[in-house]
Amino acid sequence: MTTATETLHPHDAAHDEHAGHGGGHHGAAHSGWRRWVYATNHKDIGTMYLWFAFSMFLLGGTFALCIRAELFQPGLQFWQPEFFNQLTTLHGVIMVFGAIMPAFTGLMNWQLPLMIGAPDMAFARMNNWSFWLLPPAALLLIISLFMPGGGPGAGWTFYPPLSVQLGPGMDFGIFAIHLMGLSSIMGSINIVTTILNMRAPGMTLLKMPLFAWTSLVTAYLLIAVAPVLAGAVTMLLTDRHFGTHFFNAAGGGDPILFQHVFWFFGHPEVYIMALPAFGVVSQILPTFSRKPLFGYVSMVYAVCAIAILSFMVWGHHMFAVGFPATAQLFYMFMTMLIAVPTGVKVFNWIATMWQGSMTFETPMLFAIGFLCLFTIGGFSGLVLSLAPVDIALHGTYYVVAHFHYVLVAGALFSLFGAAYYWLPKWTGHMYSEKMGKLHFWWSMISFNVTFFPMHFLGLAGMPRRIPDYALQFTTFNEIASIGAFFFGFAQILFLYNVIHTIRGGVGPAPAKPWDGAHTLEWEVDSPAPHHTWETPPDEALVRRGLIAQGLEH
Amino acid sequence: MLLRRLCAALSCMPAFAFADSLYTFQTPQSSIANRINDLHTWIMLIIVVIFVVVFGLMFYSIFKHRKSQGHAARNFHENTVVEVAWTIIPALILAVMAWPAAHLVLDQKDTRDPDVTIKATGYQWQWGYEYLDYGFGYRSHLATPRAQIENYKGDVAKDSQYLLEVDEPVVVPVGKRVRVMTTANDVIHSWYIPALGVKQDAIPGFIRDTWFTADHVGTYRGQCTELCGRDHGYMPIVVKVVSDADFKTWVAEQQKKAKAAQDDPNKKWTKDELIARGKTVFEANCAACHKSDGKGGGPFPALAGSKIATGPKDGHIHIVLTGKNAMPSWAGLSDTEIAAVISYERNSFGNHDGDFVLPAEVKAARK
Repeated sequence: MTTATETLHPHDAAHDEHAGHGGGHHGAAHSGWRRWVYATNHKDIGTMYLWFAFSMFLLGGTFALCIRAELFQPGLQFWQPEFFNQLTTLHGVIMVFGAIMPAFTGLMNWQLPLMIGAPDMAFARMNNWSFWLLPPAALLLIISLFMPGGGPGAGWTFYPPLSVQLGPGMDFGIFAIHLMGLSSIMGSINIVTTILNMRAPGMTLLKMPLFAWTSLVTAYLLIAVAPVLAGAVTMLLTDRHFGTHFFNAAGGGDPILFQHVFWFFGHPEVYIMALPAFGVVSQILPTFSRKPLFGYVSMVYAVCAIAILSFMVWGHHMFAVGFPATAQLFYMFMTMLIAVPTGVKVFNWIATMWQGSMTFETPMLFAIGFLCLFTIGGFSGLVLSLAPVDIALHGTYYVVAHFHYVLVAGALFSLFGAAYYWLPKWTGHMYSEKMGKLHFWWSMISFNVTFFPMHFLGLAGMPRRIPDYALQFTTFNEIASIGAFFFGFAQILFLYNVIHTIRGGVGPAPAKPWDGAHTLEWEVDSPAPHHTWETPPDEALVRRGLIAQGLEH
Repeated sequence: MLLRRLCAALSCMPAFAFADSLYTFQTPQSSIANRINDLHTWIMLIIVVIFVVVFGLMFYSIFKHRKSQGHAARNFHENTVVEVAWTIIPALILAVMAWPAAHLVLDQKDTRDPDVTIKATGYQWQWGYEYLDYGFGYRSHLATPRAQIENYKGDVAKDSQYLLEVDEPVVVPVGKRVRVMTTANDVIHSWYIPALGVKQDAIPGFIRDTWFTADHVGTYRGQCTELCGRDHGYMPIVVKVVSDADFKTWVAEQQKKAKAAQDDPNKKWTKDELIARGKTVFEANCAACHKSDGKGGGPFPALAGSKIATGPKDGHIHIVLTGKNAMPSWAGLSDTEIAAVISYERNSFGNHDGDFVLPAEVKAARK
């Protein structure tokens, strides 16, 4: 322990005791349920985000298993086709808005103040609101299933006129999206302000951890596009109920307008889910390679380049709507261009591992798993970026395979990696490495069994979002369904491991359990005390970490 | 274990590009489909090379540079030359990919000078085809019996073309340039024939087009690829490619049939005629949701004894024309068809209401 942390910790301990008597000047003023409902402490809010996201993940996963059960063989076995559509819609909406995004916000809440040496998020009270908007949104989605006509069955993209046609379940979906968008915007404002204003002395923008960089860029993306989505669904709402004709050709509107607006949100949204994953992996790989991150500055530029390009490529989701040739070409070239900064990132990660001294604890396994599978997803993305090939594959299972490789293997695997990486810091206990590794290998194998065959289904022409299929698609669908159930059950293992860790795990965790970790969060005790960095970290301490990360000489 | 996975992945990569249609595109049957296939093969070759290099380096490092092997970390963390190189080289590789793709985009988009023009209209849930040069058209429905689809209880054997068969396929001449204009009546659908390399969204209120020239005589099958509601999985597209002579014969037949089948607007329909006609309309359009016996299912209410089917005629006509909740508008049917199906519904399933609807009443209600 350093002199800096020694001077810090007595203070923390004193403060904790102080807070324990219910007199903290902020946060931890309550106990029992009030602690959570009135929470303003970034760690409490981060915890709630993570649990919320995990329960949504289980719910969305259950929907996915219902889908795969129906698709195990041709013919309708379990569901009516309209309920199948509701399953696919809610699976998508819940995984994107309920699981992946809140999970990353939870990570940012927990880790950003710790990593940049801030006492809390900038707007602690608003942070409470950002979280508490989510449960009602989730509730609306679940209630929608019990409306006449059922839940929103128009796919997570809500394309009109189909979404104009559906029953009141659709309105619940729209309001849920409004709430989740509000939550995201508030969360993002908080993240931007915290990062820009509350960094430790000596930590300039180009010296902060890459996770902070990707969080910053992600937050900006969200502030830019969440209102666009809100606008799109609001137009949908007025078309449905107030006689407007934004998307109704009979009234002078255009159904394709919705797609433009939606994907102007939707494409950056893909990176909102992928960029924080890049940040997490950029923390984990150097730690377990015991080497600084290779090409820090080009990593930052790549993140920014990807963010900017993401606003110019939305049309590649719409190659089949019949663009003029010039638009088809523009979107194709721009989309292909994204491969360049993405490639730079992958090469930098490999160069980080190159000549390292690697160990393979669970977080590292998930980070490498991310790297392998995300690269495969990137390759299929390159295939899809070519407009003529996309025409053949659009709306088929190839697309399903592609985006599950980048979102499950990309975002979700990095989230698991992050959870194992920081669990000792959160709980003060070490998780079981044996169970963690089992979780990884089980997930890795079953993930590939589930989604790799979908490439073949798509190439052969099986449309997505169909409850029933022609006979030649049977074998691959059976394999995928079996894989999906194995993948689903693997996650119970994760839940068990986390609970086991909270209850003591395999023993207490030191402040710095990973010898290659040099960011600021490892300078505070494990578990991280309720209040940390109330006095900013000492400049010498910050500098020592930066030198170890290769950011200062 | 990782290594084994890598080998498995590597061994199926080339299969992606070369092997039979189980692992790649259906055998291409048009020049566009052939070129899409070639482009895909070309890209996959490049990708396989990059894959081997990138994963090779990564796994070499994973196996050799590990702590358990006693490898000590070297502390380098930047190299401008390397970083610039791996920005520029991928950009050049992209250019090699983009060039043939751009050519193909331009050819795909060139729909000029067709020999035959077909307008394909997406309906919930069937396709309507009009041969614009020959003055006839028809609807094309899924021909797979419901009994094969609804597998909730037991196993009914499925036909070899399960879900991919229709009552009236699109017929086109071989070797001729066929332009397909797509539009939709209600929601967005998408017209897709994998073997011919065509896919074009059908958008209500707008007309888009695409083209193909089939190389061989044969039957090619595809499905709607844009989520269009309940029966999205049940609107196949079948294209029958025939010789020029066969096409001419078929066109002549269709023209004759169209003339005969046309409902004479001045025809005086009797109640029994309407009910008989209505039964076929019901089976083709309504039975999928409301069931042949009118008992309904899921969110679709039973017609037997329903308030709508036994109440005032106006309400019944209105709901068929405008739809409600999960039920789409059926305004795309002709006045006669709507009048017939309403008459059928009011006089079947034990409703025996006695009254019936004339086409003129539907016409009036449309206004």
